[in-house]
Amino acid sequence: MQNNVRILFFASLREAVGFSEMHFPLTEPCSAKELQIAITKLDKLDKADIANRDLLVAINQQLASWDSQVTPGDEIAFFPPVTGG
Amino acid sequence: MELSNPNCQLNCIVQFDDFDIATEYAKLQLTPHCGAVVLFSGLVRQQFDGCLQGLELEHYPGMTELAMLKIAKQASLKFEIGAITAIHRVGILLPHDQIVLVGVAAPHRKDAFAACEFMMDFLKNEVPIWKKSHFYHQGSSQSAWVETKQSDVNAKDRWHGKITR
Repeated sequence: MQNNVRILFFASLREAVGFSEMHFPLTEPCSAKELQIAITKLDKLDKADIANRDLLVAINQQLASWDSQVTPGDEIAFFPPVTGG
Repeated sequence: MELSNPNCQLNCIVQFDDFDIATEYAKLQLTPHCGAVVLFSGLVRQQFDGCLQGLELEHYPGMTELAMLKIAKQASLKFEIGAITAIHRVGILLPHDQIVLVGVAAPHRKDAFAACEFMMDFLKNEVPIWKKSHFYHQGSSQSAWVETKQSDVNAKDRWHGKITR
C-alpha cells in the first residue's frame, strides 16, 4: 500500500518553488484542492505563494478538476496555464 | 482511454529536433481515400522590437504526448478525416524556427481545414508546454514566461457544443 503521492511542478511555478519534484505523505484519498492547500502550508513551499497563483492540476498525466480525487500512489502535477502551440 | 476512429491514423510526437514539412506531407499524401491535405506550421515570432533572442519550451514528458493524442482522437471522431500528424518541438528555439506542425489528410478540404484548426485550438490550451522568452532589454539579457492569451482560450471555447457535421 502506497502512503504518499509524487508531486511535480512546471514552468514559472517550478521556478518559484525552487525544485521540480517532491513526495508528500498521503494515506487517505483527498481532493486535488485539499492537496494543494496541504502543501501550501509546507515551510519549503512558503515563498512560492501557491495559494494565490492561477494553476492547473493534472492527476496521473490527465488534466483534472480541483474536486477530482487524489489517491495514494498518484502522480500529481501543478502548473500554470499552458502556452504551447 | 479515449475512443478514436480506428480508420484515422494518429501520429503525435514531441521532439527537440526540427521537422521537415515535405517529408510529413509525403506521408499524409498516401492516406487512403483522401483528396485533401492541410498543413499548419507555427513559428517563433520576432517580438520585443526585434530583441527576442529565442524561446525556451518546457514540457511535461509523458503527459505532453498523451494530451496531444487525446486531442487527435477527439478530432478523429469529430471530423471525417483519414490521418493526423502533430509534431511539437521543445527546447531552445530561435526566431523563425518551426515550433509546431499539424497536418490533416481528409477526403475533402472542409474537414481537413476544420480538423487542423481544432487541433491547434486545443493544443494551445490543453497540452502541458510552456514558453519562456529570452530577450535583450536596455543592454541586458532578460527572460519572461509567456502569458496565456484570452484569444486562445476563446478559440478553444468556440468548439464546445458546435456540431460540424
